[in-house]
Amino acid sequence: MSASLAQFLLSGLTVGAIYALVALGFSIIYNASHVINFAQGEFVMIGGMATASLLGAGLPLAPAALGAVALATLIGMALARFAVQPARGASVVTLIIITIGAAILLRGLASIVWDKRIHALPAFSGDQPINVAGATLAPQSLWVIGVTALAVAALWGFFNRTLTGKAILAVSHNRLAAQLVGISVQRVLLVSFALSAALGALAGILIGPITFTSWDVGLLLGLKGFAAAILGGMGSGPGAVVGGLTLGLLESLGAGYLSSAYKDAIAFIVMLAVLMLMPGGLLGGRATERV
Amino acid sequence: MRGLLALAAVVALAPLALANNYHYEIAILVGLNAIVCVGLNLLIGYAGQVSLGHAGFFGIGAYGSAILAARYGWPPLASLAAATAAAALLAWIVGRPILRLRGHYLAMATLGLGIIISIVVTTEDRYTGGPDGMSVPPLALAGFALAGERAWYWLVGLLLVATVWLSLNLIDSPVGRALRALHGSEVAAEVAGIDSARHKLLAFVLSAAIAALAGALTAHYAGFITPGKVGFLHSIELVVMVVFGGMASTFGAVVGAAVLTALPQLLTVFKEYEMVVFGGVMMLTMIFMPKGLVPTLAALAGRRR
Repeated sequence: MSASLAQFLLSGLTVGAIYALVALGFSIIYNASHVINFAQGEFVMIGGMATASLLGAGLPLAPAALGAVALATLIGMALARFAVQPARGASVVTLIIITIGAAILLRGLASIVWDKRIHALPAFSGDQPINVAGATLAPQSLWVIGVTALAVAALWGFFNRTLTGKAILAVSHNRLAAQLVGISVQRVLLVSFALSAALGALAGILIGPITFTSWDVGLLLGLKGFAAAILGGMGSGPGAVVGGLTLGLLESLGAGYLSSAYKDAIAFIVMLAVLMLMPGGLLGGRATERV
Repeated sequence: MRGLLALAAVVALAPLALANNYHYEIAILVGLNAIVCVGLNLLIGYAGQVSLGHAGFFGIGAYGSAILAARYGWPPLASLAAATAAAALLAWIVGRPILRLRGHYLAMATLGLGIIISIVVTTEDRYTGGPDGMSVPPLALAGFALAGERAWYWLVGLLLVATVWLSLNLIDSPVGRALRALHGSEVAAEVAGIDSARHKLLAFVLSAAIAALAGALTAHYAGFITPGKVGFLHSIELVVMVVFGGMASTFGAVVGAAVLTALPQLLTVFKEYEMVVFGGVMMLTMIFMPKGLVPTLAALAGRRR
């Protein structure tokens, strides 16, 4: 394996892990409420920016990161409670505009509360690169991939081993039936937004040392995470992970071998192709239509 | 028809209230955005198909006409027509596979399309000037350049009335009824013998062509175009204008465009808070007034009576 190929694969996996976290956030909310949360990318931004500002205030990394995740989680719950829940049953356009409005609002607030500069988080454990098959691997990449793997495992446990997780799955399968057995749909909505926001913030903190962070990174990261969710199959947890990693690899290989100028277009070309040719995605089921 | 006459009267009488060139400039921008929104409303409001990528078509019109006129020396009217036709052709080609999708999926596909167009515009800087934008020659016919705010005002005003007239007629025609039918239920419409794919495509192509025409005019009027006009946020602005004014209401689209174009000009004092205000307005309108301004007011007036 040539060194450059190894390099592209490693950086692809790193970025792909971040896309996977964002895609998981999309899928969790979509499952619980059939809402596509366009503000998902802003949670990533909040994670990065809040950590940067807490670090600036003199906190060590771990409490700063925890604080940022907590802040994003609270904002996610507020979004569910005060913006999405009052509009239940509204049309798709309405819900899309509400969550896009929330995204723009959060971006605006971030640029006022923090600033419009680009911030770099310090790497978690030094910058000494590791040599892998002739390619250099930043230790931060290991953090990204490792923590993502842990988060995915924790999510699997949450959805399969806890009552709350199973309640969310029940609501995603059949809302009415879930309500009939006593599951509070409102609570499920709240939990799913909280969980997605926390995942997004985590992604923002992990990637902060590699791609830096600023008030406006949320849009593109959110949209690419969505492309990953579509690629894997909307609403499928394993699909989100596979979609995220695949997209990261395609992007990295495409930028390396085809055109680095069109790197950002790759995600959307893939998304369009998937939507046109196999709308169910890689791991999604075939959609059936009820009349 | 009463509404159309009222609109024509507003367009004809508005200059009495326009004191200076700056006022005219805002009025022209309102008119151009209203033209886009009336077209977009056919797609979103009547056919019920969401597009989050119409700034892409707007941009093809603007950049297409600008490039043909500035780099290849085409007469501006020819470049304007060619760019509009190119946008319509693209919409026709991608429309078929894309419009099979529904709801969120359609929204994302159009969004992806818009973003790809905006990335192309930003990257191909040999033609488009890249992120810095490019200057655009003025609109001219047989050597006479259309210059001055007043001349532009009448051109845009006339086009707006014509677009609204076209839209009102279309909605009352069999095609318009078919569009509304498939908004209600696509299956029911098909059972009633409506070729839903063809009608959706028609609304998509028409709205794209109108957006491209308005885009080309905007570029020639302003004399300068930047990729911001092609981007995701501009697509969102257009959709918000339509939805804020009121879906499935042609005059709602005009009112939405007018309010949301003029408002930021009045709010320039709050430049810092522009995004917060814009995002907040989007959320609050959708939560408390999901039908939009004009239909909600009409319903209120109806209840009064």
